[in-house]
Amino acid sequence: MTKVSMTIDGARYDDDVEPRLLLVHYLREVAGRTGTPIGCDTSNCGACTVLLNGLSAKSCSVLAVQADGAEITTIQGMANGEWHPLQQAFHEEHALQCGYCTPGMIMAAADLLRENPNPTDQEVREGLEGNLCRCTGYQNIVRAVMRAASASQGAAS
Amino acid sequence: MTVTAEIGRPRARKEDARLVTGQTNWTDNIQLPGLVHVAFLRSPLAHARIASVDVSAARGAPGVIAAFSGADFAAEQGSLPCAWPVTPDIVMPAHPPMATDEVRYVGEIVACVVARDRYAAADALELIDVDYDPLPPVLDMEEALAEGSPKVHEAGNKSFVWPFVQGDIEAAFRDAPVVVERTYRQQRLIPTPMEPRATVAAMVGDEITLWTSTQVPHVLRFLLAAVLGIPEQNIRVIAPDVGGGFGSKLQVTAEEFLSVLLTRKIGRPVKWTESRSEGNLAGHHGRDQLQRIKVAADADGRLRGLSVDLLADMGAYLMLVTPGIPLLGAFMFNGIYKMDAYSFTCTGVFTTKVPTDAYRGAGRPEATYALEHIMDDLAAELGVDPLELRKRNWITHEEFPFTTIAGLTYDSGNYEAATAKAVELFGYDDLRKEQAARRESGDTVQLGIGISTFTEMCGLAPSRVLGSLAYGAGGWEHAAVRMLPTGKVEVVTGSSAHGQGHETAWSQIVADRLGVPFEDIRVLHGDTQVSPKGMDTYGSRSLTVGGIAVVGACDKVIDKAKVIAAGLLEVSADDLEWTPGRWSVRGDPEQGRSIAEISLATFAAHNLPEGVEPSLDSESTYDPNNFSFPHGTHLCAVEVDTETGQVKIRSYVAVDDVGVVVNPLIVEGQVHGGLAQGIAQALYEEAAYDAEGNLLTTTLADYLIPSAADLPTFVTERTQTPSTTNPLGVKGVGEAGTIASTPAVVDAVIDALRPLGVTDVQMPCTAERVWRAINEATGGTR
Repeated sequence: MTKVSMTIDGARYDDDVEPRLLLVHYLREVAGRTGTPIGCDTSNCGACTVLLNGLSAKSCSVLAVQADGAEITTIQGMANGEWHPLQQAFHEEHALQCGYCTPGMIMAAADLLRENPNPTDQEVREGLEGNLCRCTGYQNIVRAVMRAASASQGAAS
Repeated sequence: MTVTAEIGRPRARKEDARLVTGQTNWTDNIQLPGLVHVAFLRSPLAHARIASVDVSAARGAPGVIAAFSGADFAAEQGSLPCAWPVTPDIVMPAHPPMATDEVRYVGEIVACVVARDRYAAADALELIDVDYDPLPPVLDMEEALAEGSPKVHEAGNKSFVWPFVQGDIEAAFRDAPVVVERTYRQQRLIPTPMEPRATVAAMVGDEITLWTSTQVPHVLRFLLAAVLGIPEQNIRVIAPDVGGGFGSKLQVTAEEFLSVLLTRKIGRPVKWTESRSEGNLAGHHGRDQLQRIKVAADADGRLRGLSVDLLADMGAYLMLVTPGIPLLGAFMFNGIYKMDAYSFTCTGVFTTKVPTDAYRGAGRPEATYALEHIMDDLAAELGVDPLELRKRNWITHEEFPFTTIAGLTYDSGNYEAATAKAVELFGYDDLRKEQAARRESGDTVQLGIGISTFTEMCGLAPSRVLGSLAYGAGGWEHAAVRMLPTGKVEVVTGSSAHGQGHETAWSQIVADRLGVPFEDIRVLHGDTQVSPKGMDTYGSRSLTVGGIAVVGACDKVIDKAKVIAAGLLEVSADDLEWTPGRWSVRGDPEQGRSIAEISLATFAAHNLPEGVEPSLDSESTYDPNNFSFPHGTHLCAVEVDTETGQVKIRSYVAVDDVGVVVNPLIVEGQVHGGLAQGIAQALYEEAAYDAEGNLLTTTLADYLIPSAADLPTFVTERTQTPSTTNPLGVKGVGEAGTIASTPAVVDAVIDALRPLGVTDVQMPCTAERVWRAINEATGGTR
């Protein structure tokens, strides 16, 4: 067992874990943060995306021990009193149906907008290529990300 | 009170609050005291006799609580049910949840481990020793039917032959001026909802609770009782939040049965969650048909007859509705067209592959693909525009209700209107001009236009029709409306949502019907203890059947409220009139009681009329009289690089007529998602097996569901011809996009390449396949 220590959605967690434990399993089963789901076992689907020290990471392709000392934000840490603009935009644009991909999609979109606050539709499509959705055909996801981008732009100016 | 109509309003969904914040209750999130984890050992061989299974080493591994082989369940596990014995002489082999003697596909369960955590369970699987005697795999349907083929089952490889003839088919083909005959292939697909399957089972006393990622909690409860002999009243099935299904969770699975048996055996709650690769290997697949189709027409293109001969791959076993899926297509091969005669034969074939069953559209996409494809081939043969050929044959709007050659009565539709709108949005004539110019100039990038003027049957289904097709259950749906003392409303529905948005749409229906605010309504579903009756969600039936049951329950509430209001107002009930939300005295609207006031008075029950029970709560079970028939015209333009075979969708226009729309936001979302899946069949997806029967596409790196970058922005519009067979005028939308889009895309690819001599490209139309088709047609001269 190896000792790990990390901050998850603002709270500090210290645990002994097996070195092979995936970060996503640590989040879900040790820390009890089940908002981050698992959609595949080959890091293709992106459902488990979280922010690791501010950058998007697929938490199924990181070991918990590799995240030692890290600051992690999951979908459950996105709302701060009120919903994050992306959460609001996903709701308003009907960018989710079953919602299983949504946590990962929102976290990946957050990182996309951090890098490129004012993307084109095509840049959103390419930026979210690593996150698969089976319900929406992506059109409303693209709309939601564009809406959140302009909401954030509006808030910044 | 001013009431704004909720029906038709683009309400953002109630469901979203938990989904966008990570508070969703997926089955794999469930934790129970003492919960242990199950892992299944699956056959690595497509076909083999099991000589021995030794789980003793696994039993001694760290963290392991128990390990079992099929022999341990032989006395109690029964056979997984098939509810659709389509012919009296159907071959329906036993299907033990855990194999005991023989395995018939890679992925079939042969043993299991129960351990303290999922890692320990997975580790211990490695310690199980199975001795197999390999048998020959059976992978190709035509070879499977050939004499001397190795047998999948002792009774042979043919499950059933289902013939259906309407009209004088021989006369239709005799001396027909034009006959076009083709063979198309519907590749095997993997439904791939984003949430993998998962179960949690727990037994307390003699009550068993099964949480499972299912579309059909009610069907499952009944079959657990019927097959395993567990008293039905002791079984509770809960479908918590379910992350998509698309038909794949319209199933009663080995893992669900074994979870129930395991918790009973070991006395602890058990959890099983599949990995994606496990799901691809063992969850049911969809499609997989060989379609031999032949059409006869007059010289002017008028259809005389259509003959369809299907081979449908059942896989190794018949699951819940496996044999019925291709037969749903039997009534759809004629589509929106008039003709004199029609014949259909389907042969169900066993192979040593994963069983097939429902996948979005279930029989109708296969039929629509073949029909729309051969209509294009016929148009090419006749030298007429494919849109013109369709116009010459479709049912015109004045002809509804229209009984088709397949015997269904289409209640309403307007193919002309949908097509006119699509043609305009698409810029059909301009694109045809551009196509001609590119052909003329010999452009290496050719333009193709695909047309899909589709219809489908939704709202499964009138129970008597299901009975006549030998289906094992009815097609009704149940709803209850409970009026709370404060005037708020609980709606209980038997439709089991898994992403569709029932909580929102049902609230809109009830808000309008009862005149209560949208926010005051809560919709409950997906738990047999909360919603005890239901037929669940599949086949675009929720709104057209379940939604109508909700209307029925509301109407009964209103009737009960009338009697109580009359008592409160001391007037005759005959003097009252209903405006949404209120009973008031006719001619004196000030004299009245709101539904909330009536609810509170009913709760108090102090002065109800003599003999009136103190409850407004009502239930309704609705059995439809007919299917509903959404339709639409989808147009797709593709650019095909004739040097590389690369296909790019340039524009896609979908005009759908789904009748009255309750929530346009949800409808548009369903169309988008449906299009994505239909386009995926056309261009990207295929479940591929190697010569030994190993599935090659076990991961999302091999089974290519499209990403945002792979799909275009769709143009969607609607026409609205209300259904005349239900009080809301609704038709269903869950599968339309999937049914329509596959032929639109493939026909566009072929349309681009017809001048080069290409008449078909096997789906998915990958760059390699398109390039090979071009090369074959042109003899490599291009």
